[in-house]
Parts: sequence; structure tokens; C-alpha cells
Amino acid sequence: MTTAADSLVRVRSLKFGFGPKVIYDGIDLDIVRGKITAILGPSGTGKTTLLRLIGGQWKPDAGSIEFDGIDVHRQSRSQLFELRKRMGLLFQSGALLTDLSVFENVAFPLREHTAFPESMIRDLVLMKLEAVGLRGAAKLYPSEISGGMARRVAMARAIALEPDMIMYDEPFTGQDPISMGVLIRLIQGLNKSLDLTSVIVTHDVEDVMRIADYVYVLSGGKVLDHGSPAEVQHSKSDLVRQFLNGEADGPVSFHYKAARGYADDLMAGRE
Amino acid sequence: MNFLSPLTEGLRGLGRAVLFLFTILAGIPAALLRPRLILQQIYSVGVLSLIIIVISGSFIGMVLALQGYRTLVNFGAASSLGVLVALSIVRELGPVVTALLFAGRAGSALAAEIGLMKATDQLSGMEMMAVDPIKRVIAPRFIAGLVAMPLLVSIFSLMAIGVAGGHAIGVELLGVDDGSYWSQINQAMHGTDIRDMLIKGTVFGLAISWIAVYQGYHAAPTSEGVSRATTSTVVVSSLAVLALDFVLTAFMFH
Ligand SMILES: Nc1ncnc2c1ncn2[C@@H]1O[C@H](COP(=O)(O)OP(=O)(O)OP(=O)(O)O)[C@@H](O)[C@H]1O
Ligand SMILES: [Mg+2]
Repeated sequence: MTTAADSLVRVRSLKFGFGPKVIYDGIDLDIVRGKITAILGPSGTGKTTLLRLIGGQWKPDAGSIEFDGIDVHRQSRSQLFELRKRMGLLFQSGALLTDLSVFENVAFPLREHTAFPESMIRDLVLMKLEAVGLRGAAKLYPSEISGGMARRVAMARAIALEPDMIMYDEPFTGQDPISMGVLIRLIQGLNKSLDLTSVIVTHDVEDVMRIADYVYVLSGGKVLDHGSPAEVQHSKSDLVRQFLNGEADGPVSFHYKAARGYADDLMAGRE
Repeated sequence: MNFLSPLTEGLRGLGRAVLFLFTILAGIPAALLRPRLILQQIYSVGVLSLIIIVISGSFIGMVLALQGYRTLVNFGAASSLGVLVALSIVRELGPVVTALLFAGRAGSALAAEIGLMKATDQLSGMEMMAVDPIKRVIAPRFIAGLVAMPLLVSIFSLMAIGVAGGHAIGVELLGVDDGSYWSQINQAMHGTDIRDMLIKGTVFGLAISWIAVYQGYHAAPTSEGVSRATTSTVVVSSLAVLALDFVLTAFMFH
């Protein structure tokens, strides 16, 4: 595994659940500095939950999460807020502020956290928008742009404060191949040019495998396998291979577990 | 055991709402440092409600003038119409009707806006940008409701009394004497009436804003959750206004 200095985020023996429902049952995970780490797993495993745990929005039941050597969940609220300025999180939905224009959305973190003069904010915002190719859309409102564009605006907003790390939650869902390609190149480009650490959470296996340096496969509250994309693709675990190849049947059943058999269920209606 | 559960659930909700109020109050100093955000919100709740307040005030004034005149003229006391109108508006109808309209117009909009922001991850998004949504979103809206309500109550009351007067004096059918209408108001109304009106307005404003931001902030993050939050805001704050009105009136009567 990696040495302590290499990893920006260190997750150790993490346990978390919603009430009785266990989401994580003791996982270890390292996000290496400067690399793109992909976290894969079937829908509902708790990938979004993991990002919220790293961001300190939820507290683990046990175990720890360190960001740059600082335990995220042992900070006061203001210390936590300082930490969050160093990490960006792109929500599945984009989460743009709908009453502000694209320009103002990107300006939002700058206005909240800096005392920069207006001219400087303007320059910075236009630079960030240029980086995601949307300088021309500065005056539009979130309701007037497409989902793919909204994600790029959210990226511009996430890099506004020049964080150390960006976490992308399902950045590719609902994108056509072209806009998918744009997003992939953008994530890769930003990671390199801004010296970022990136975490991509997704179930779009194929595309993310092309750009990821390291891959974790999660399911059922456990880390099933991890390694470079090539290593994971030849995993010894049937489950991992089933997931990566997208087969409907294998260790993971297509059917959600029901209380009684199919025939019994159908018959039960006739009594 | 079972029949008690709505009661415990209700108490728990009340406890959460009180805790939430303390969180908002703690966020108020930070919000006050950014008066532009508050002014924006006052403008938006004020403008939302202004037209409906002005129109309702006028109609209620006219109806009061008609009804009051019909009763008073039997006792040969038509000249006291001004007192009747002014006191019923300033003491009761002004604050209460304004509050009910405010709950329906601004309170529901506030709850829906905040609930939608929550459902679309805008509030979580802010948190992740190290911006506290309580200070940035909730507190300015809460303060705005608190400030706007007494202003709207005053506008409503002025409208109602003015229009009632204009109607009673101007319409030949009624023909109340101009001088006696205003001088009677002058004599019968005291500073304390105005003060009590503003107190009622402020208390109602606090209740409605509190209920609206609480419902929005704690809405289930779905379209159904937002619609439920909107409805509860109107229902709960209307009942709260009527109950508070009784309590306040009982105290002020002493
Ligand atoms: N606020 C919540 N309260 C209770 N349960 C929740 C909550 N949020 C998520 N869950 C549950 O936790 C599990 C993991 O949710 P999560 O959103 O992290 O999954 P995910 O891996 O991101 O899925 P997807 O790929 O569909 O986005 C789900 O089964 C979900 O039902
Ligand atoms: Mg998710």
C-alpha cells in the first residue's frame, strides 16, 4: 500500500449506517495525492455517502477519516469549514444556486470567502469559466443550461478557491458520448494543470477506467478489490469481474431480496 | 402507549423547532453584518405581499364602514364611525388579517424556496463550500419576515382606515361628517393602541418566519416533501397567529 505522506485522504476502519441499515462495515481506503482515484460500486452501495463522510457532512459510527493528516470529524465547526475550502465536492445534481447566474455561481465562493475587489473577482471567474469552456454562458441562469453544462459550471465553481482535491459524484450520468468525452478530458486536464487530487465516484466503469490511476470497488459495505485499473480488471473476485463487465447475473443478483418466493407472492393475492 | 405517540411526536417536533430557533438566533449577528442580503429579502417578501395587503385593506375598510354605519345610525351615533373602524382595525383586524395573508403569500413561498434548495442539494452544496446556510440563507429571510410584518400591518391599517373614511364621507348615502370622523379617531386612539398593533405585528412576523424557515429546512427532499412543507406552513402559522392573538390581546386588555 501507499505510505502516509502519499495519501491526501486516509480512511481507516470506517463504519457507518443509517439507523439499523449498515452502509460501511469497516473499510480502509487511501486517496493518493495528485492522482485520479475512481471509486466504483453498484447503485445504493453508499458512494455518495462516502463523499459526504469525507466532507464531514455526516459522522462515522466508528473509524476515522483524515484529510492531509487532519481528522475530519474531530474539528470544530470553523476548523471543518477551513478544511472544506481545501476540498470541492461536485454533487450528482450539480447543486448550482438557481437564483444566481452562471457568473454569480462561480463568484459565490470568492465573494463569501475573500475580500477581493470586484475587478479581480470578475477576472478570476472568467478564467475559471474559460477553463471549462463556458465563458460565453456567464450571463445565463442554471435553468437555461443543459445538465452537462451545469456540471462544468459546478466544476468551475469548485476550482474557484483552488482546492487541493475535488470529488466528483457521478459526473457522467445522463451524458451523450461527446459531452462525456468533454467531461473526461476536463477532469484529467484540471487534475494535471491545477495539481489537484481527484476522486471520481461512478458506476460508469468503462470510461473512468481510462483516466483513473487507482480504482476501488465497493459493495455490501466492504472494499471488494483495489489496485490499478489493469489489476482490478483481472480481479480474482467474481463479484468484481461481474460488476466491471456489466453482467446481469453472477454473485450479485438482479433481484432485490424479497420476503417470499415469486410464486408465493402471486398466489398470496388470491386468498 | 399508542394514543400518546402523536403527543410525544408533537413535543419532539416542538423541541426541534425551538433548537432550530436558537441556531437561527446564533446566526443573526453574522447575517446583520451583510445588510444587503437582508434588504433583498425584505424587498422580496414585502413586494410579494404588498399588493394583496393593500387591496385587502381597502375592501375590509369599505365593508367595515358599511356595516358600522348601518348599526350605528340606529343609535344616532353615526359620527362615531371613525372610532369603530379605527379601533377594530388597529387592535384586531390589521395585525391578524395581515398575518394570515402574509402566511399564505410570503410564508408559503419561503418554505417552498428553502425546501427546494434543500431537495436540489443547494444547501448541502453551500455547506461543502464552507458557507453556513443558516447564516447565508435562513437568517436573512427570518429577519426579513420579522421586519416586514409590522411594516405591512401599518400599511394595511392605514389603507383600511383611510378607505373606510373616504367611503363613509364621500358616499352620499352615508354622508358621515368629515370633521367628526377624524376628530373622533384622534380622541379615541392612543399611542398604546399603535404600540400594541406593532407588537402584535412583530410577534406574528416572528412566528410565521420561524414556522416557514423551519418547515422548509426540515422538508423531506422530494417534491412531495416540499409541497407538504408549504401546506403545513400556511396551516400551522394561521393557527399560531390566531392563538397568539388571543394570548396577546388578553395581556394587552389588562
Ligand atoms: N439520508 C438518508 N437516510 C437514510 N438512508 C439513506 C440516506 N441517504 C442514503 N441512504 C441509503 O443509503 C444507501 C447508500 O446511498 P448512497 O446515495 O450513498 O448510494 P450511492 O452508492 O451513491 O448510489 P447511486 O449510485 O445510486 O448514487 C442507499 O441504500 C440509500 O437508500
Ligand atoms: Mg450517489
